[in-house]
Amino acid sequence: MITYIIRRLLYSIPVLLAASFLIFSLVSLSSDPLASVRGNPKFSPDTLVHLRYHFHLNKPIPVRYAYWLKNFVLHKGGNSLLTNQPIWPDIQRVAGNTAQLIITSETLAILLGVGIGVYSAVRQYSFFDYSFTTFSFLGFAMPVFLLALLLQIAFTDIYLHWHVRLFYTSGLNNPGQGTFSFDRLQHLALPIVTLLVISFALYSRFMRASMLDVINSDYARTARAKGVAEWKVIMRHVFRNALIPLVTVIALNIGSLLGGAIITESIFSLDGMGHYFIDRLQHDDLYAVMAWLMLTSVFVIAFNLIADILYGFLDPRIRYA
Amino acid sequence: MPETQSGPTPVAAAAAGGGLLAPPAGDVAESLYEHGLEVRARSQWAYARKRFLRHRLAVASLIVVTAIFLCGVFANFIAPHSYSAIDLNYLYHAPTVKSAHYFGTDALGRDYFSRVVYGIRTSAKVGLVVALLSTVIGMFVGGIAGYFGGWIDNILMRITDLVLTLPLLPLLLTAAALLGQGNEWRVTLILAFVFWTNLARIVRGSFLSLREKEYVEAAKAAGAGDFRIMFRHMLPNSLGPIVVNGTLTVGTAILVEAALSFLGFGIQPPTPALGALVTEGQDNPQAWWLTVFPGLTLVLIVLCVNFVGDGLRDALDPTQRRVRA
Repeated sequence: MITYIIRRLLYSIPVLLAASFLIFSLVSLSSDPLASVRGNPKFSPDTLVHLRYHFHLNKPIPVRYAYWLKNFVLHKGGNSLLTNQPIWPDIQRVAGNTAQLIITSETLAILLGVGIGVYSAVRQYSFFDYSFTTFSFLGFAMPVFLLALLLQIAFTDIYLHWHVRLFYTSGLNNPGQGTFSFDRLQHLALPIVTLLVISFALYSRFMRASMLDVINSDYARTARAKGVAEWKVIMRHVFRNALIPLVTVIALNIGSLLGGAIITESIFSLDGMGHYFIDRLQHDDLYAVMAWLMLTSVFVIAFNLIADILYGFLDPRIRYA
Repeated sequence: MPETQSGPTPVAAAAAGGGLLAPPAGDVAESLYEHGLEVRARSQWAYARKRFLRHRLAVASLIVVTAIFLCGVFANFIAPHSYSAIDLNYLYHAPTVKSAHYFGTDALGRDYFSRVVYGIRTSAKVGLVVALLSTVIGMFVGGIAGYFGGWIDNILMRITDLVLTLPLLPLLLTAAALLGQGNEWRVTLILAFVFWTNLARIVRGSFLSLREKEYVEAAKAAGAGDFRIMFRHMLPNSLGPIVVNGTLTVGTAILVEAALSFLGFGIQPPTPALGALVTEGQDNPQAWWLTVFPGLTLVLIVLCVNFVGDGLRDALDPTQRRVRA
């Protein structure tokens, strides 16, 4: 198991390097980091030459990549090419906010998704089952931005018509309010619901399907034949085994969400990872974008690995050599 | 009794037996089917079609999504106005039948129904072309990797892994922002170059198992070339998952393109795209029609495409001989 983990970790290093080199080349070839300075009369041609020299922009791309990588590794993400400010403090701030959002919404989505998935499978083809099947198909087809926008519009209109402030529709908190205040909850409620609906649709479908795979298996029948009570069969024999495939799905989903619920955060103007990324991308702040992409790729790879490890841990039939 | 066991319908048998409708050659057929007990020979595709047609939701979805796409194709006949025409009498107006603004108008007085219909044309074009292109790329990469194996397989699959391990949406956003320049064909190409990975894995897996089949050996013995074996003998046998995956890609591509356009990195105005139309709703939260109509059109398209994909999955699974009731 440990050799397997180490091998996977070692293997992901060249993948990350190759990916980052590709992205770096793409970014460097298709844009000019000095474009914003070039048109500025305050900068003399001499300064431009100096800047090019200072930031190694006169070197070929592989050399620039090496410089960037050195900075990224040694100086925690390096400095922004646009503002020359360190990137790491910004990332730290936004990552905390995103973590708060993701952890809350995913916890709720897992609890609801597992609960309703199990009940749907036990009462297959009931009215309850059909209503949630319909709901999750809608959830699959619903673009995140549409759901977020509809919620935003609904609560803006509620405020404008009745002057009741249930939830805020943008921002992270009012001035002077803390990270764990009621005010923060009012701000985060709608983004949480948005992410919750999308993840819940996925989890409840998966849970239902994997319950149905197991519910008629031989060992469940054996347990029933032994006279074990039905709820005990479901909870102890079926449910536990049905959870295994769901763990993978959850780990993969969280891995991709940590990269920022880009759309949700930019609609609700939350100062999180996704919002930061979009903002930097719009400003052509390429080194910040690169650093962000690297960190999120690490997250995705890490959660892929966690998914595989958990899978092997939960299911003794799987052995990694 | 499974459907496959049934003979010709009584009416058809009677007609053939009466010799009224049957052509001369029918006499032979008549003697073959005389007792109504024989199994009528059906090809795999006939089974698939029959299974698909039994899946009512999938058939209905296919009809709806075809109708929507046709609306897009014939946008210039269906839209009552041009997508950029400005009607100064109806600025920022809620849906009304008067002067045919069924979906209302935006802040510039442009007819939203016409804009949505033209937006469907863009979305359908992007969805279908991305599905087609990525299917072709995935088929080649997966096919070559699965058929030849060895170091070719290794290299191609590492490339596939590379694309799969990267966070999809940020990558697309970066590519679209830097290379897309708001052009719909550039955006389409970018999407296609990311979406082929899934299919490549599926095709590779299926080719790996098909490679060992006897008929492949027979084709080799008969002197068929590698590419003839791959595309003439093996490909038709893994067509089921390819078709299903291609169908589902249409829906995903439309959704992702809409998300890119919504964030302002996809297709840029003046070309109307459904995602960009929803953005106008974000800028005017009071005008619900600007969000709801293009948004619901998107949901309807993707919902139908997903149902069609589900129906195809059930229909094309060759292990499933029984016709779905």
